[in-house]
Amino acid sequence: MFGLSPEQLVVAALIIPLIGAVAILLNTTRPNMREASTLVTAGILFLVVLDLLFAVSGGARPEVDVLTIQPGLSLVFRVEPLGMLFAAIASGLWIVNSIYSIGYMRGNNEPRQTTFYICFAVAIFSALGIAFAGNLVTLFLFYEVLTLSTYPLVTHKADEKARAGGRIYLMILLGTSMVLLLPAIIWTQFLTGTTDFTVGGILGGKASATTLAILLGLFVFGTGKAALMPFHGWLPNAMVAPTPVSALLHAVAVVKAGVFTVLKIAIYTFGTDTLATTGASDWLVYVAGFTILAGSLIAMTKDNLKARLAYSTVSQLSYIILGAALANASGILGGGLHIVTHAFGKITLFMCAGAIYVAAHKTEISDMRGLGWKMPFTFAAFGIAALSIIGIPPLGGSWSKWLLTLGTADAKQQIFIVVFMISSLLNVAYLLPIVVRGFYFSPAPSETPVEAGGGQSGIAEAPFLCVFPAVLTAFGCVVLFVYAGDIVAFLTPLVDVGKEVSNGG
Amino acid sequence: MASVSGENAVTVALTLTEQLPGLQIVVPLMGAIVCAFLRRGNLAWLVATLVTWSLPVISFLLLLEVQESGPISYKMGGWAPPWGIEYRVDQLNAFVLLLVSSVSAVAVPFARKSVAVEIDSDKHCWFYALYLLCLTGLLGMTITGDAFNIFVFMEVSSLAAYILIALGQERLALLSSYQYLIMGTIGATFYVIGIGFLYSLTGTLNLVDMTGRMEMLGLTDAVSPSMLAALAFIFVGISLKLALFPLHAWLPGAYAHAPSFVTVFLAATATKVAVYLLIRFLFSVFPTTAVFSELPMSTILLVLSVAAMFGASIVAIFQDNMKRMLAYSSVAQIGYMTLGIALANQAGLTGGIVHLFNHAITKAALFIAVGAVFYRIHSVRVEDWAGLGRKMPITMAVFALAGLSLIGTPGTAGFITKWNLSLGALEHGYWWLVILIMLSSLLAVVYVGRVIEIVWFRKPVATIDEARSPPMTMMVPLFVFAVAIIWFGLETSMSAGYAADAARFLLGGGGS
Repeated sequence: MFGLSPEQLVVAALIIPLIGAVAILLNTTRPNMREASTLVTAGILFLVVLDLLFAVSGGARPEVDVLTIQPGLSLVFRVEPLGMLFAAIASGLWIVNSIYSIGYMRGNNEPRQTTFYICFAVAIFSALGIAFAGNLVTLFLFYEVLTLSTYPLVTHKADEKARAGGRIYLMILLGTSMVLLLPAIIWTQFLTGTTDFTVGGILGGKASATTLAILLGLFVFGTGKAALMPFHGWLPNAMVAPTPVSALLHAVAVVKAGVFTVLKIAIYTFGTDTLATTGASDWLVYVAGFTILAGSLIAMTKDNLKARLAYSTVSQLSYIILGAALANASGILGGGLHIVTHAFGKITLFMCAGAIYVAAHKTEISDMRGLGWKMPFTFAAFGIAALSIIGIPPLGGSWSKWLLTLGTADAKQQIFIVVFMISSLLNVAYLLPIVVRGFYFSPAPSETPVEAGGGQSGIAEAPFLCVFPAVLTAFGCVVLFVYAGDIVAFLTPLVDVGKEVSNGG
Repeated sequence: MASVSGENAVTVALTLTEQLPGLQIVVPLMGAIVCAFLRRGNLAWLVATLVTWSLPVISFLLLLEVQESGPISYKMGGWAPPWGIEYRVDQLNAFVLLLVSSVSAVAVPFARKSVAVEIDSDKHCWFYALYLLCLTGLLGMTITGDAFNIFVFMEVSSLAAYILIALGQERLALLSSYQYLIMGTIGATFYVIGIGFLYSLTGTLNLVDMTGRMEMLGLTDAVSPSMLAALAFIFVGISLKLALFPLHAWLPGAYAHAPSFVTVFLAATATKVAVYLLIRFLFSVFPTTAVFSELPMSTILLVLSVAAMFGASIVAIFQDNMKRMLAYSSVAQIGYMTLGIALANQAGLTGGIVHLFNHAITKAALFIAVGAVFYRIHSVRVEDWAGLGRKMPITMAVFALAGLSLIGTPGTAGFITKWNLSLGALEHGYWWLVILIMLSSLLAVVYVGRVIEIVWFRKPVATIDEARSPPMTMMVPLFVFAVAIIWFGLETSMSAGYAADAARFLLGGGGS
């Protein structure tokens, strides 16, 4: 499309968000130009990423050596299907989310909007860096940049609650990554002499099964962004951020960067064969299973809509970790697909939650009775996305859950089929009542007098820019059902090691 | 005619090149004398700046020469060693010379405005004379190959430093200076006593000669009582100078109450030179095998380093005075340098030596930022800084960046230190030490994060009404250090590369 080689596209994709950030800064005093900068940047970025996607789909594996910091410590980008998919999701949904941000931030008259948009662009830049990272060191660098660039977004409101949330956010994410993830990376470097992501893994035969299990523990708990219990506490606390941040970053870019890291390490650092034969990841299946159930159970107790969605995310992320821990083809493919389907579902749910806040200033679920008829589009979109998260056809979420279930069966871990079933039931129990309340309950009596004057039955949707993106991504959930097969085909090189080697060679 | 003068020029240049080790000391010493005779503060600053700027050129040429053709021996006054004083430049001190001279060169423009408001105008010329004298002492300690000459330069730099600290505005500056004087004198005395023992053992004061004689006495892997006494006195003496935990009590007061520029200068250079001395004695004067295999030197240093990393960082968290907080942070960071010494292997020692440099640029940036804020709002209390991020965005952004380097975030210089130290620890099988290194970094997240939060996410207070961007003479050093922090986090051939050369030299050809 741009006549650039795949390598040039990689560089372009990384530079464009930074140029966008500068453009946003230069237009501080011109809000319309500033928001246009965000949208134009997001648009161009998506086209570039899409171009790269086609190249990678055609078998290209572009590699860019940026620099060698010191022997054994270098910055390298190497694009493979999983990272390509993550990059496409993050950059694609950035467009939708930017439109939504404009509606939300202006609708609420939020302060410090320039900082907000700059941090957003830098966050996308780091997400792409994580996606394209060719070794653990590069991944770690961008992982930390992502944490730091999203911290100002979490503390955006700058009140005591936001500062406290930011403190927890920073301490858990920086803490786990520095105390667990970095030692794991250094240990890997020490054991193998490299941190490159290599097809088939690099740790096979380098250490005993016990050592590998410990190392895997350092990696997955160190990736705090994957929110595996007990390091999930930052995610509910990050909900003090404005809703667009929760929608794109804490449902898509940041948390998916976490589970993407786990998947990537399982595939390219350990190697699925190594994990399967040594049984180093057996324990992780149980921890992930526990997080799935516990996350859903806690979600049920939350009346605050964003808090409920946050715990739902904690639970859903562990589906992907479980897929990685199963270390077989269906598990990996299911995990990869779930990154996409959950991204579309959860961003929709968050954007709806934000729309409800902008239009009706409601945050608690118990206050949302009868709101559905006032905000029919929002609640319809919410319903579709909820069904996708639950995993009901014809919505995208059904495929990824299906593949993951197959994976548990392949790994002879049938007990986890039960875990999936229970979790799906819990999803029904905490997501659907919100829609039911909206449409079938009459508004709470205490509110009637207040709103008696202004057409109670009339439609009072949020601004168009808030509602339209949610409807769009809800529609995406339906489209994903149809195209899930293509995504799986795109990811197949991950599990078909022989084919990948012949392609790469 | 032209060719003759050309030849002359070549000869002059050649002689100059031969005299480089001497010039490294003579130039700042002469500068100090010139400053002392001047009467106008700005002129003294100009002389000090030009002199300081010439020094990195000399040390860089020295470093290149060492890389090209090995250690340089320079006979001071033409007297042959071991009787005369020898200046000896090798991979290790060439790196330290470059570090001290270049960091001073970048920082010195900052002095102009800062000194103008913090020091009485009739003392400006003396101030710059003392600064150059202190710099002469530090460079001298680094370049000389004579144990007693080290003591002389140590006293030159220390006496100058005591006065510089006492010039601080608060009355507490006098007390801090006095504390430093007492502790520093004890340190220097211990050092001289240790040298006395070494002299009685070997009959020489030349460092290279000492090593040779100890080998002749068969002391390479056995420890004699007088050698043990020498080691103990020298170790404690230097440890006082480098503020090794728990001998650091003088440092926080001295850094907190000294004039801003003095804090920047001392924090970036003085302790680094003391750490260099410790490395010099442990690895190339005393026989390495005896020190590290026969004696529990590794264990002692390891325990003290870890205690510094945690103890001082925890104290730093509870400081309200920014300079005092950063001073405690320095004590903690010195722990990383001595940790590298304790590990005594290629990766570990590389980490320790490169941290001399990485910490120098990081702390210089932080203290310059603090000094710039003090210049505008006359307060270093963190509570008075609330909301400052919007008023002095660049200064505070550099502060945040340097804070990240202190923490050891990838992409900054501090990360390189942590990476090498951790690899060195793993080589010993000390996986728990890797976790400890990382946990101590987490404490830095707490004390840096607290400031960031107050500065960027609190409502502005009345004290910062007057705040605005600092003058160019402060902005430029700040900016250069910020670039350096990122540059040396990504391209380390000049920092970790030279440090690795030095470590290889010390472990390979040095002591044993």
